Formats: sequence, structure tokens, C-alpha cells
Amino acid sequence: MIWFLVRRLLATVAVLLVMSAIVYGLFYLMPGDPAVLACGKRCGPDQLVVTRHKLGLDQAVYLQYWHFLQGVVVGRDYSSGPDVNHCAAPCLGYSFQSDQPVTNLLLDRLPVSASLTLGALVLALVLGVGAGLLSALRRGTFVERLLTGVTLLGFSTPVFLIGLILLLVFCAWLKVLPFPSYVPLTENPAEWARNLVLPWCALALIEAALFARVARAGTLETLAEDHIRTFRAYGVPERQVVRRHALRGALAPVATITAVELATIIVSAMLTESMFGLPGIGKLAVEASTSVDLPVITGVTLLAGTAVVLANAVADLLHAAIDPRVKLA
Amino acid sequence: MTLFDSELAAGADPVLAPGEEPVPAAGTDPVPSRRGGAWRRLRADRSALAALVLVGLLVLVALAAPLLTALEGQDATTFHSQLLDSARGGVPHGAFGGIGADHWLGVEPGTGRDVFARIVYGARVSLGVALAATALELVVGIAIGLAAGLGGPRVDAVAGRVIEIAIAFPSLLLALALLAIVPQSVPRPVLVALAITAVNWGNVARVTRAQAMSLRTRDYVDAARLAGVGPVRIALREILPGLTTPLMVLAALKVPSNIVSEAGLSFLGAGVRPPTPSWGQMLSTSTTWFQTDPAYVIVPGGLLLVTLLAFSLFADGVRRALDPRSTRV
Repeated sequence: MIWFLVRRLLATVAVLLVMSAIVYGLFYLMPGDPAVLACGKRCGPDQLVVTRHKLGLDQAVYLQYWHFLQGVVVGRDYSSGPDVNHCAAPCLGYSFQSDQPVTNLLLDRLPVSASLTLGALVLALVLGVGAGLLSALRRGTFVERLLTGVTLLGFSTPVFLIGLILLLVFCAWLKVLPFPSYVPLTENPAEWARNLVLPWCALALIEAALFARVARAGTLETLAEDHIRTFRAYGVPERQVVRRHALRGALAPVATITAVELATIIVSAMLTESMFGLPGIGKLAVEASTSVDLPVITGVTLLAGTAVVLANAVADLLHAAIDPRVKLA
Repeated sequence: MTLFDSELAAGADPVLAPGEEPVPAAGTDPVPSRRGGAWRRLRADRSALAALVLVGLLVLVALAAPLLTALEGQDATTFHSQLLDSARGGVPHGAFGGIGADHWLGVEPGTGRDVFARIVYGARVSLGVALAATALELVVGIAIGLAAGLGGPRVDAVAGRVIEIAIAFPSLLLALALLAIVPQSVPRPVLVALAITAVNWGNVARVTRAQAMSLRTRDYVDAARLAGVGPVRIALREILPGLTTPLMVLAALKVPSNIVSEAGLSFLGAGVRPPTPSWGQMLSTSTTWFQTDPAYVIVPGGLLLVTLLAFSLFADGVRRALDPRSTRV
């Protein structure tokens, strides 16, 4: 087990390094000079040379990448003008457009993204697992066909379309919910929830479609196993079979699918944030790409990539811990 | 359609569903070609056929865009400010977003551009980008997948990792970032198609790699190798034909997902730029008008939904036809 952990950890670090190198290389080798962007519009050729030197852009690419990695681990100093800006330990770069370290920008936006994604995840778990379980237990009935149809719809519909439909119905037509604007949880919990209901629902419907599929397959697989037949033959009440065993079969693959589909979920969350104007990390990425704020774009991309890689590693470990049949070699 | 139905349609059972053409008896066609059987199954699949008709219609609309707008007597870029109610902030006069004999689907709030013309020209962008990206993804994915699957362990160690990272990455985020830094002189739809390709070729490569690895141990491949056929020729002539079925299914599934990607990028403001129309862009605009002009949400949104459903159902039909054993999970 220890060896398995160590190997998995090393592999994860290796993947993270490769990924960060690709992302870093992609953005710093592309046309569009970071120094020009950092220096601003009114920047003479002399100033440009100075800026380029101060940002270390006149160094070899591998050295730049090395300094970037150093920044992530121990922090580093940036200066484009006379004053020096310190960027503390997990330093993902420095945004000269907003004059702040990228890490701070990300941390500022984190509560919004966390509120959105965690709330939606809870809702999606209930909806998705419920739908998957129900459609597996009511096989061959109208309920199953209906749920399959709704799931297919959730699969093929982009989140902003669902969001727009929800806005039309609940905000414009029924007028029961406001157009979302973020209110911090610590300020007013009731308003926080009221404003987030629509974004939660939009994102949750997308995720629930993912969960429903695997939950259904998991339930069917579990119910087909021999010990279930034995339970039923011994007269264990169906309710207990469902609650004790089918539910477990439905839940088991959901953790894995969350990790595997984390990329999809991140993208959906980003679209949800921009569609409802919620100032989260996804919105930050969109804003940064509009204003070509290269360090922020790189930072968000790296963060998302890291999250996906780590989630997959955790899912692997969990899977190995839960299911002893998984080879530890 | 359940497993049972598709077996019926495949002619596996002598009892035919009512209204279906009799398939040749088993004796007359001892070794039915797989492709021929698939075509027969597809033709017997009513939902797939209906979807195919819709897909055909949409493609026709996109191709005939200049003809259709000429028929309507409008174009996609002229502003009609006289049709807008300036007292209500630029909402079109009349019910349902100004739908009438002159403007078949009304006019755009704020600008007064003809919605029908923008929809049909938007279909060109939407379908064109999605189809081009699908084709490019196939080319790139097959090339990298074949290299990883047939190039030996060293090549695979690198290519396999890169494929994994490419799949795990939040694709739309990376496409958004790429579109922010690419040169702006290239036509925007081309860039969008390239960006979508750059972030979505991964699963084509994965499928190709896995299939190629299992096919390369077959006897006929060994025979070709012993006959002195070169590696490139083996890859293209011996391995690639064996990949047709899974890749056709994947390609059919990719089209709707690429339509979503294009719409999403345009929704985020990173796709095609005005005055070039696109559905995602219209939906993005509609988030500010949904309360006063719901028709402007419903028309492009409904169309996008129908398009996605048509392509998804068709892809599902293709999958069932090519692999009748698989059921929808």
C-alpha cells in the first residue's frame, strides 16, 4: 500500500510538472509579448527593454519556467517600475493590469466559486442519484423512459441555455427569484441562498445528468449480483434491499465520475458564473481573456489543470481503498 | 429503443415489427457485411431517421442562407432603429420581439438587426465550425493515436501522457485562453475551429491508440509486416480500416459537443465577433434582454436546443446501428 501511494504520488507530481510546462510554454511562447502587456500602452522601446529585463523575459525559456516554479514554492519579487511587488508563496504570477499577485485575485474570487459549485454539487447528488436509482428500479416503465429522456436533454444542453430558461421562468415570468447577484454568506445567509438558487439549479441539472447515468448503471450492476438474489429469496423486504444495497451501488461510481468529469464541471461552472454575472474564478478567467491579462489566464488554467490532476489521483486512491480488487501494483 | 427493438430491426429475429420492410432471409446472405447491416438498422430506427431529416434540414438552411434571406428581403447586418421602442430601452415594437411579415423572427433588441437572417447565417458559423473542428480533431487524434499505439513503448510513454493530459484538461477554458492570445488577423471562425480542435482531439487519440494496440497483434498485421510492408503503410492500410466503426460513432458524438463548444465560446465573447452572427453570441446578448424581450431568448435558444437534440439523437442512432449489442446506459 505504501509503495502504491508513493508511486501514485510521484506520478501525480510528474503529470503536474508536464502539464504546467505545457501551459507555461503555450502562453509564453505565443505571439503577443508579455512585456508589452505588462508595460502598458504608452511604453517606449527603452522602457520595453527595461521591463523585459525586470520581468526576466530576456532569459532563456527554461530559466523563466524555473523561476516560475520557484515562485510557486517559495514566492518571488516582481517589479515593472521603480517599486518592487512581493508575491508570496504559492505565487502563480503577477498581474500588472490589476497590480496584484494572481494568487490574491484567485483567493478573492474563491468564495463565490466555492458557494456555487458546492451548493450545485449537493443538489446534483440528490437529483442525480435519485434519478439514477429510480430509473434502475422502475426499469421498462414510463418513469424510466422519462428519466432517460431528461438525462439525454441534460447531457446535450449547454448550461447557459438551461440558465436562460430558468431566468425566463422564475425571474421574468413568475417573478419569484431575483436576477442573481452575489451576496456573501457571512453578510446575509438568506439572501446568499436566494440569489444562488438559479445558478445552483442550472449547474446541478448538468451535473445530475452525469450522475444519473452512472448511478443507474451502478444500481443495475449491484441488483444483478448473486447476494441480492439470495437476500430476496430469503424474504428480505425490498425496501431494505434498496436502502442497504442498491443505494450503495448507485453512490459508489458517483465519486469516480466527479473526478473524471471534473473538467466538464469546471467548464460548466465557468459558463454559469459568466451567464449569471457571478464574480467567481470562471468569470475572472473570462475577464482576463478579454483584457489579455496573460498571468491571470495562465494562473487560472494551471489551477484548473492542477485540480483535475489531483482529483483523479484522489479518486484512484479512494477507489483502491474501497475496492480491494483494484491492483496495487 | 431497447435492446430487444434494435435486435428486431437488425433482422436477428424472423418476426418483423409491423410496417417494416422484410430483410433478406438468413440463407440468402450468409456473411452479411457489417456496414450493410448497420445501414439497415439505422434505416429502421425511427428516432435516428427523424433526427437525420432534421440534421439535413439544418444543413440545407445553412447552405441556403443567402437564398433564404433574399426571399425574406432582409440581411443580417442592417440596423433598423425605427423598429425599436426607445422609450423601453430599445425593445422591438410589437408582440414577440417584432415578429411579422417583414421580419419573420423579429428583430434584435438594441440594434434592430433581422433575427431570421442572423439565425440562418449563424447556422453557417455554428455548423461550419463544428463540422470543421470534428474533421480536424479526427485527423489530429488519429495521427497522434496511431503514433502512440504503434510507435513502440518510448513513443507511447510520451504520447500516451500527452493524450491523458489533453483529455483531462477543462477544454473550454483552454480554448478561451488560446483565443485570447492568438493573432487577430486570421478569420475568427477559422481560429475558433482550430481552438476547439486543439483542446478536443484527446478522446479521438485515446480510442485510436487503444484500438491500434489491440489490432497490431492480429495475424493479418503480422503477415503484412513479414511481407515487407512499411510501418506507415501498415498503419494506414491495415490498422486504420479496423478503426472505422468506433471512430464513426465518436465523430457523430463530437459534432453536437463541438456545436456546444462554439456556442459556449461565442457566449463568453471569445468566439466569432460581431457583425458575424452566431447563436451563442445571440444568447449572450439575450441575457440582458430576457425580461423585456423573451422572444429573443426563445428563438435562438430553441433552435440551438433542437439542433443539439437532432445531432445527439442521430449520433445515438449511429452508435446503436454500428454496435447493436450496446444499450443506452
